[in-house]
Amino acid sequence: MIIIITLLVLIMFVAAIAALIFKDLISAVIAACIVSLIAAILFYFLHAPDVAMAEASIGAALVTTVFIIAIKRTKRYEE
Amino acid sequence: MRKFIGIILLFIIGWGIVVSLKEIPFGEQKSKVGKYYIEKGKEETGASNIVTSVVVNYRSFDTLGEVTVLFLAAIGLGAVLATFQRKEKIKVEPSSLILYTGCRFLFPLILLFGSYIFIHGHLTPGGGFQGGAVIASAFVLVYLGCRGKRINETGSKIAESLGGLTFVILGLVGLAVGGQYFLLNFLPKGEFNTLFSAGIIPIIYIAIGFKVGAELSGIIDQLMEES
Amino acid sequence: MINFLQNNIFYISAFGLILIGLFIMLSKRNLIKVIIGLSILETGVNLFIVTLGFLSKGTAPIFSKSGLDMQKMVDPVPQALVLTAIVIGLAVLALALSLAIRLYNHFGTLNLQKIKEQKW
Repeated sequence: MIIIITLLVLIMFVAAIAALIFKDLISAVIAACIVSLIAAILFYFLHAPDVAMAEASIGAALVTTVFIIAIKRTKRYEE
Repeated sequence: MRKFIGIILLFIIGWGIVVSLKEIPFGEQKSKVGKYYIEKGKEETGASNIVTSVVVNYRSFDTLGEVTVLFLAAIGLGAVLATFQRKEKIKVEPSSLILYTGCRFLFPLILLFGSYIFIHGHLTPGGGFQGGAVIASAFVLVYLGCRGKRINETGSKIAESLGGLTFVILGLVGLAVGGQYFLLNFLPKGEFNTLFSAGIIPIIYIAIGFKVGAELSGIIDQLMEES
Repeated sequence: MINFLQNNIFYISAFGLILIGLFIMLSKRNLIKVIIGLSILETGVNLFIVTLGFLSKGTAPIFSKSGLDMQKMVDPVPQALVLTAIVIGLAVLALALSLAIRLYNHFGTLNLQKIKEQKW
């Protein structure tokens, strides 16, 4: 059990650092979506089912949609 | 230079967090208010889900504030993005028949699932905000799959206003009937663990579910308006 | 080693996300990267608040069947606060992105240093 949680936390850190490094903005947004999804799994391990549902539906789906529509109306690549 | 100052600042903040986190033990009982809500929540409200009874019954004034903040954000977004010039219509090719039919077929099923989540908010994990987000995702599917269809604006405005009004009017009725405080739970408690129980909690969650769903799909419609 | 991990793994994850989010906000120049950093920072803070209410060997606070032990339930008050905070985080992000779109239409670029150098 603790090994699974440690592996998930490591993947979350790698995804957050990838959001720092990528120059293509859409790839950075997808990395932030991965961070949100793994946070939803960690909320389940903390015995909080309501918060896990809210984070998975709002944080992972709707925030990514709003970001991609905003990037489409401005530039795609960071200089 | 800027990154260097940023890293030094982060080290100072990190040291402060580590020093203060040593005092907090992990996994022990820390507060007494939570214990009171768990022990007395079953008789006083009649809801099975304790988090729902905290959000809607014991702390319902904070939920009213949150609904107001969402409303302000939607108004602000509409005001910032409004332009007076008419853009020319970009030609969009229609999607293929399989995609169009598949999205139209899935749309009422997702709406049904979202309604199930907020109607049973006091029995299973879920509630108004999660159900509203699922309903907004159904509208996003129709925007992406069948290009060129837009939400009916009058229906969306009516759903949003009715949801907000129901919440405030139920609170004022509670004040008039009981006489003690705003948003009193005045309907009968009913049998435990059935659908018609726990007073006004399911009615408030249905109103919040409609309001949040209409608002979030309105936000996405405003952002997507140019094509 | 396993004992140290078992006590502190959730604190380390929340603390790491807050620091990475702050670093993205402080040192990047593109406006949309700054807003992505804000989103990661908010996820870290929400994780920290829910960790504070955890009880070892506890269960979720729902009376799904009769005869559940009331002394072993996890604290419900931080979960109610975080539910509100997640929705308000979405509202703040949507408003910030609409302001970014307006800035791009007016100045033609999203680089913060070039926007500061332009006089009116």
